[in-house]
Amino acid sequence: MRALAIALLAAGVFFHAVAAVGVLRLPDFYTRLHAVGKAETLGVVLVLMAVALWAGPGLTAVKVLAVAAFLFLANPTATHALGRAAFRLGVRPWQREVG
Amino acid sequence: MTTTPFLLAALALLGVALTYAYRIAVGPTVFDRILGVNAVGTTTAVVLLLTGVVWERLDLFVDVVLAYALLAFVGAIAAARYFERSGQAQ
Repeated sequence: MRALAIALLAAGVFFHAVAAVGVLRLPDFYTRLHAVGKAETLGVVLVLMAVALWAGPGLTAVKVLAVAAFLFLANPTATHALGRAAFRLGVRPWQREVG
Repeated sequence: MTTTPFLLAALALLGVALTYAYRIAVGPTVFDRILGVNAVGTTTAVVLLLTGVVWERLDLFVDVVLAYALLAFVGAIAAARYFERSGQAQ
């Protein structure tokens, strides 16, 4: 159980690092939304599953999994709302220069 | 049952939050900054849970994290709506 929790924790931190690299390096706002909406959500769910495993069966683990379920729904919803608002305000998607 | 891996993970996630802070500072659009604030809020919720594991008070911290995640989500939605109606992107 302890080894499984540490493996989940390492995988979650890895996906958080992927999201951070994406937010730093990707060329425009919409591609950065992609990094936060997918990679960070997966990282959060993995880390919270590790914490719930560590807590053991009980009310605390159920609450941690409830937080994980909420963030699993809320994080993509927030990034989608931001992307829609940016598109309606006319932020241009990145395009490779033709040449 | 040492909690050292959870402490190391919390420190790593603080480094991730610092990279989001760079995006908040640099921009270039206001939506990049809102996205950075939202991502820092999510990462902070996870770091709070890991702190609860390290201090062995997880039952206390999980309630705080629940409220914090809700507030960060509502804040991001509200900011997106506000700038969609009345803002300038740059």
